[in-house]
Amino acid sequence: MNRSGFFIAIYFIVYLLIQVMLFKQVVLFNTTFCFLYVAFILLLPIETNSLVLMAIAFLLGFFIDIFYDSLGLHALSLVLVAYLRNYWLGTITPQGGYDAGEGPTLAVNGLQWFMVYTVPLVFVHHFILFFTEASGFRIFWFTMLKVITSLMFTMTVMLFLQYFSFERRR
Amino acid sequence: MQRLLNFFYEYRAFFTFLLLEIFCAWLLVENNQYQSTKFFNSTNRFAAGILGFSQSTREYFFLRQINEELGRENAQLRTILERQGQPIASAPLQKDTLARYDFVSAKVVNNSVAQFKNYITINQGTDAGIQPGMAAISIFGAVGKVKSVSEHFSVLISVLNIDEQVSSVIKRTANFGTVQWDGTDPRIVNLLYIPRHVQPIVGDTVVTSGYNAVFPAGVLVGIVSDVKLKEEALFYDIRVELAQDFRRLSFVKIVKSQIKPELDSLETVTIGKPQ
Repeated sequence: MNRSGFFIAIYFIVYLLIQVMLFKQVVLFNTTFCFLYVAFILLLPIETNSLVLMAIAFLLGFFIDIFYDSLGLHALSLVLVAYLRNYWLGTITPQGGYDAGEGPTLAVNGLQWFMVYTVPLVFVHHFILFFTEASGFRIFWFTMLKVITSLMFTMTVMLFLQYFSFERRR
Repeated sequence: MQRLLNFFYEYRAFFTFLLLEIFCAWLLVENNQYQSTKFFNSTNRFAAGILGFSQSTREYFFLRQINEELGRENAQLRTILERQGQPIASAPLQKDTLARYDFVSAKVVNNSVAQFKNYITINQGTDAGIQPGMAAISIFGAVGKVKSVSEHFSVLISVLNIDEQVSSVIKRTANFGTVQWDGTDPRIVNLLYIPRHVQPIVGDTVVTSGYNAVFPAGVLVGIVSDVKLKEEALFYDIRVELAQDFRRLSFVKIVKSQIKPELDSLETVTIGKPQ
């Protein structure tokens, strides 16, 4: 295993533990979840092979599911995000392309680009997650409320962490 | 052949994606079956250990409340014993009840109320004699039923799970219905299939019916908080406020029903096998 592989493994475990030990307990107003673990897939290096990406996403989702007792649910949503990610990255390539070896982070590409990159993907993840769990559109508006509020919560935490690591890097 | 392989290779990302998603969907469907997936859930010792740690950290802040609840339960039990006019030390065991049900106390390791399908993990498993299909109750009322068991842990399907149905009865009118959660408010469940001719009122007590022998008869589910009857509807829309506040669940009792095998086999003989 090379150096970056090692770091990715560490991050994998950190994101998993933070999700199941901290954010599993933090649910605001009974509707607002924080699924920060999506950030792990979104922030992997740009040139990551999409097969590898999906495999990692499946593993992470699977482990999260074990803790949430919802086998298959988080894995399904996260694999979808992993699949869409590289296409989306290709679509929104900034002028001049990406710098080699950089992650798709806020520090490198700026806030506007970062929002355009993350918000739709996180939305897709939450949308699929909640509607699959509700097994359909029976309680559409309540589920939609969950999707939107959780999107805001997840994005807030993600941005906060991005700024945090941004400051540290300089 | 070569071209076919080329085609698969060209779209390998898509096919991998498809394969993974189909596998996930299969897992999901499999997991939604009642009593399934024995290992990949929070009964797994490692997962339960981690969840137990974070739960106990959280619980630390509720210690006073938990203490109070346990104290109240203690008092309740004493009153029951004293009502029978017997000193506690030599309280007679009610033979009938004892023969039917046995109880195992367990601590909640993991619990959620905000998802659509909520599960509860507890710290007792097969070594305490717990089997899938047993009921879980708390001092306040019905909690759920056991879904899967490992050696030291079990996962319960909470009443707050949109797939869970509990056969219940309005105590005052003795009419049967089904309690099911709609996925929104964790304090409120719906009581379904109460026909028009019944007159339920706000404040009626809803208890389990004991018809499926999972729950003992007469376990409190909740209090009717809202009754509506639409013009053309066959059944009432009844909202029931749960007796147990699931956000504060910390101890449960698993009900080991001694009569369930007997009842099941008798029903199988007379009615035929359930599908």
